[in-house]
Amino acid sequence: MSAEIILALIKPLLVLGLLLTNTIILIWLERKVVAGMQSRVGPDRAGPFGILQTLADAIKLLLKEQILPMKADKAMYLLAPIIALVPSFLIFMIIPLGPGFELTLGGETKFIDMVGADINVGVLFFLAISSLAVYSVVLAGWSSGSKYPLLGGVRASAQMISYEAAMGLSLVPVILYSGSMSMTKIVESQAGNLSSTIPIVDSIVSFIPNWNIFPQFLAFGIFFVASIAEVNRAPFDLVEAEQELVGGFHTEYSGFRFAMFFLAEYINMFNMCAITATFFLGGWLGPTFEGVLPQFLSALMPTIWLGLKTFGLLFVYFWIRATLPRLRYDQLMELGWKRLIPISLIWLMLSAIVLGIRDFGLPWS
Amino acid sequence: MIELLLFAIPASLLILGALIVVFAKNPVHNAMGLVLTLTSLAILYITLNATFVAMVQMLVYAGAVMTLFLFVIMMIGVDKPEQTKEQIKGQKLLISGTLILLVSVVVFIGLQNGLNWNLLFPQSEISLEGTPAILASALFTSWVFPFEIISILLIVATTAAIALAYEFKQSSDND
Repeated sequence: MSAEIILALIKPLLVLGLLLTNTIILIWLERKVVAGMQSRVGPDRAGPFGILQTLADAIKLLLKEQILPMKADKAMYLLAPIIALVPSFLIFMIIPLGPGFELTLGGETKFIDMVGADINVGVLFFLAISSLAVYSVVLAGWSSGSKYPLLGGVRASAQMISYEAAMGLSLVPVILYSGSMSMTKIVESQAGNLSSTIPIVDSIVSFIPNWNIFPQFLAFGIFFVASIAEVNRAPFDLVEAEQELVGGFHTEYSGFRFAMFFLAEYINMFNMCAITATFFLGGWLGPTFEGVLPQFLSALMPTIWLGLKTFGLLFVYFWIRATLPRLRYDQLMELGWKRLIPISLIWLMLSAIVLGIRDFGLPWS
Repeated sequence: MIELLLFAIPASLLILGALIVVFAKNPVHNAMGLVLTLTSLAILYITLNATFVAMVQMLVYAGAVMTLFLFVIMMIGVDKPEQTKEQIKGQKLLISGTLILLVSVVVFIGLQNGLNWNLLFPQSEISLEGTPAILASALFTSWVFPFEIISILLIVATTAAIALAYEFKQSSDND
């Protein structure tokens, strides 16, 4: 077997392990953060600071009975949790975790890039796969053969389609600005510091990194709101809405199948934050402290930077969940169609005009 | 070997999906079969180096259009088995005749070429890096007029659909 095939087999396994461990930490972190914001203690029994609580919960869910509702559509009911997990793993494969490194094995030096697959239309891949995620929710809701899950499923399909449009439109100016649809190229285009042609402004802004969030701040805002809606988190969690729909689309699921939905939700959330960091916060870019730190540590710094940015965004997700009340259904639709989409269209036109003038000069000159 | 596998697996999934679309009794199962077909088609596009087309296929058809299909099926609740009674007289006979004709044409063409089915992928001359840019420059320079005409057509269709479905308030009746 050639090295490429072995590498292609190792990478998914590494990603699987990384995402599973990460989810364990993530659930614990969310419970701790939200508990802290609500003046509670949160999980503190299993292990130091309760960090093993998630593991205990996972074992409990594995050992529980799996109930198949009488009216369920069997094939779709069993398929839905799998459909939930597959897109979440696929999306992680295109996030660049670092600049890549050279590995010498048996006298043969190979360049290994720290990304599952660096495809030239990475942005479109992300949008396409995240649009497949809606099927799991819709199918789970429909196939349960029960009223509340069906309502959750119908809500999900409407919500995710509406916010997908806003999310896609908010990414177009970023693609225009970076000049590429490849995730790696988008990260690389954000290297260096901001600069300006006006001397006084330049002395101020030259300290600020050249991240897309500064020139594309409105696109960042729209993308951030739309991404929360896309992963069905509070305040856009109408799909689950415990108070009105019992548990929404996963009401009838139990045991490990429920755990799979839970896992997919947290992986999706992590992916979304890592993608936001990649598009707007410079991805893995950051000072590597080469020469100051030992070599292996400074080689790991890019991945650590990406992790820090991602967890910073995740903290904002938890913060929002702990503070904001859920939107009403009509408010949700109004925000998506009447606010976010028009604003992102206007912003797209503005960015295109500005970039056109920058690259080709004024039309009358 | 790997190339053949990359073709055979999505291709057989595609046929399986298409069969589900035709033969499944439940509309939701039909819709999911269509999703399987569209997704496998996207994978085939990728093996042909057309990544941009593949992604748009996933995004537009498998993602948006089919979700709307499912939404409509679930909203108006047509999820009961369809009627299998023959509607047109001699329907089955006509269809099987057409099918036999089609298969014989395919077999004839195959025999003409000496059963030399070329399954290997053609080598693409366009560099992978610039497919969106190449497509865009073709679309917005030499094909810009048809492109704009199509967009007008779509807007006309949307407006017509809204005009047909919208209930105008009839104030004259109450006067």
